[in-house]
Amino acid sequence: MLEIKNLHAGIDGKEILHGLTLSVGTGEVHAIMGPNGSGKSTLANVLAGRPRYSVTAGSVTYEGKDLLSMPVEERAREGVFLAMQYPVEIPGVNNIYFLKAALNSVRKHRGEEELDALEFLQLARQKMKVVDLDEAFMNRAVNEGFSGGEKKRNEIFQMAVLDPKLAILDETDSGLDIDALRIVAGGVNALRSEKHSVLVITHYQRLLSYLIPDFVHVLANGRIVKSGGKELAEELEQKGYEWIEQEVAAGA
Amino acid sequence: MKAAVNSAPATEVLQRIREQAGQRFAQLGWPTTHLEEWQYTNLQPLQSRFEAGAFREAPCRTGFPACPEEDRLESLSYTGGTLRGALAELVFVNGVYAPEASTFAGSSVPRVPRGSSGRAVPETEEPEEPRNRGLRIWTLREAPLEILEQHFARYADYANHAMTALNTANAEDGAVVEVTGVVEGFVHLLFVGSAGFQSYPRNLVIAGRGAQIAVVETYAGSGSYFTNAVTEIVAGDGAVVDHYKLESESLEAFHIGTVHVHQERASSVTSRSISIGGGVVRNDVSVSLAGEGASLVLDGLFITAGTQHVDNHTLIDHVVPHCDSIELYKGVLDGNSRGIFDGRIIVRPDAQKTVSRQNNKNLLLSDTAIVDSKPTLEISNDDVKCNHGSTIGQLEEEPLFYLRSRGIGESEARDMLVYAFASEIVDRMKLEPVREQIRRAMSRQMPRGGEQR
Ligand SMILES: Nc1ncnc2c1ncn2[C@@H]1O[C@H](COP(=O)(O)OP(=O)(O)O)[C@@H](O)[C@H]1O
Ligand SMILES: [Mg+2]
Repeated sequence: MLEIKNLHAGIDGKEILHGLTLSVGTGEVHAIMGPNGSGKSTLANVLAGRPRYSVTAGSVTYEGKDLLSMPVEERAREGVFLAMQYPVEIPGVNNIYFLKAALNSVRKHRGEEELDALEFLQLARQKMKVVDLDEAFMNRAVNEGFSGGEKKRNEIFQMAVLDPKLAILDETDSGLDIDALRIVAGGVNALRSEKHSVLVITHYQRLLSYLIPDFVHVLANGRIVKSGGKELAEELEQKGYEWIEQEVAAGA
Repeated sequence: MKAAVNSAPATEVLQRIREQAGQRFAQLGWPTTHLEEWQYTNLQPLQSRFEAGAFREAPCRTGFPACPEEDRLESLSYTGGTLRGALAELVFVNGVYAPEASTFAGSSVPRVPRGSSGRAVPETEEPEEPRNRGLRIWTLREAPLEILEQHFARYADYANHAMTALNTANAEDGAVVEVTGVVEGFVHLLFVGSAGFQSYPRNLVIAGRGAQIAVVETYAGSGSYFTNAVTEIVAGDGAVVDHYKLESESLEAFHIGTVHVHQERASSVTSRSISIGGGVVRNDVSVSLAGEGASLVLDGLFITAGTQHVDNHTLIDHVVPHCDSIELYKGVLDGNSRGIFDGRIIVRPDAQKTVSRQNNKNLLLSDTAIVDSKPTLEISNDDVKCNHGSTIGQLEEEPLFYLRSRGIGESEARDMLVYAFASEIVDRMKLEPVREQIRRAMSRQMPRGGEQR
């Protein structure tokens, strides 16, 4: 599904990722863990095509296509979804209106019929339950005045509605209490299938006890320095990141 | 609806004032860019076309019963300006009242017999509807003498403003709306222009003590024409007035309009000026807060593209203590268009405890659009709370990315954000039919922005 090869990328001309290589197969859930500032969000943002992030070397292939040459909206229409670490507030843009426009853009791209207001509302109501969001939120402006947890749940709600093939979650768990964490994990687990892949970026192991990953990777200094199974996450939780950094330093 | 009192035509009063205003216009002449008030707007192209006779006066100026049927009906092919739900909708074509297109409380006005005095509001047989209680409407030329003597040209200053003088000198038709009770609902005045005409709509809205009314003015049309409009609004003690002016003229039209609001004690006025159309547009809105405890909300929205030029001048005069004014003007400028916000707030020496907020926010959608923002505060006492500000910016990267990252195309995402920017003004309009009308007008300019409700 996703092949990242020797990716060198950064923001505003500063290189953050120094040759990152990662392969995510269809139906797999991968977790990427790493200390603050290691480049986790940079990876997520480069994959989504956020402005100001640029790629200097390497390649990203998504379903056999060159992901990096696609405009932002095309990546989304092709099934890439990024749940952002810091979702932006957009006053004046109605949440439900926005999401309907998004879904219909995606459906049109897939050759599916657009949903009318009623059909969309039915779908939205069903997905809202999954993330335990009140309907009142849906009629507010996108993320405006939402608490941190509500913003994160809104991201998962959008993900559930858009049904992406590749979902990237950038620290969606950070700052959530255990109930919200379960909701987020539930949302991702609902998406899980042999057709969907998930890339979970997280700083803590916590989420991974609700969302059992197939693979865990450690990102440090702009590279994947260690990969393993779900037990790697537990090891990291016990020993902290210094252990990895020391191991990397020793090996280098 | 109460029928108008059948009064003697007030032509002599009008005639006297018109003559004075005409003399004044002759002295003042057309404004030039040497005047600070006109530094951004050059009327020379308008003036030369005007003087070359490019704009004729509507043929039925001597009274609509004499107007040839075809002339009126042809111009009326424009119907986009009609608002649903109006208590009364008075339509003026090239400045002249068109009774066959006007409606009162949902029913069309019976034809005024030819040769009659042409009263605007018919006697109604049904009992007065409670929601219309205390509402009386006349065309300017049929308005009662005592109303005109007391109010006509008392507020909009034709002695110092050439374009107001020009209107006053030529004013023959328009609407006079008098409210003495609480009227739930709105009156719509629709002015339709057509190619080759000049028109001088002149309106007077008088809300008496404790009265309430909403009035919507719409200016629309097709082709190149010249509209020079003046509306005077008087809010008496404790009166509540919700006023809207939708300038949606043809892109080849010239529109020079003045709204003057006079507020008495504890009155509350909201006046909103929306400019979407017009080739060269000048909007002057001035408000005198002349009675203690009066409060004002002054909103503006101008959306321009192509080579449009829209110049907004506002003046809020705090004459007495304890008044508050909140002003927000928003501009959205695309293409090679130019927009101006020049907002002056005067706080007189006696106007202690004034609270005044003024803000102008502009969104530039192209590198070639220009906006000038000039908020000014002139405060002559120190017991006030006043602040003002202005911003000029472009669409922000982050929201645009967010929308696109969900699959929404770039141009659609841009339109959505422009809508969102304007919605701060649109959403707080009380009248849903007006909001709808503006959204429709906006979606003609931004077809992908969508109607969000
Ligand atoms: N605008 C910027 N300009 C320069 N450096 C930046 C900018 N934004 C982030 N960085 C740096 O990039 C590095 C990686 O950031 P990020 O990918 O957000 O890390 P993570 O998500 O792993 O915490 C950090 O050292 C951060 O300070
Ligand atoms: Mg991060």
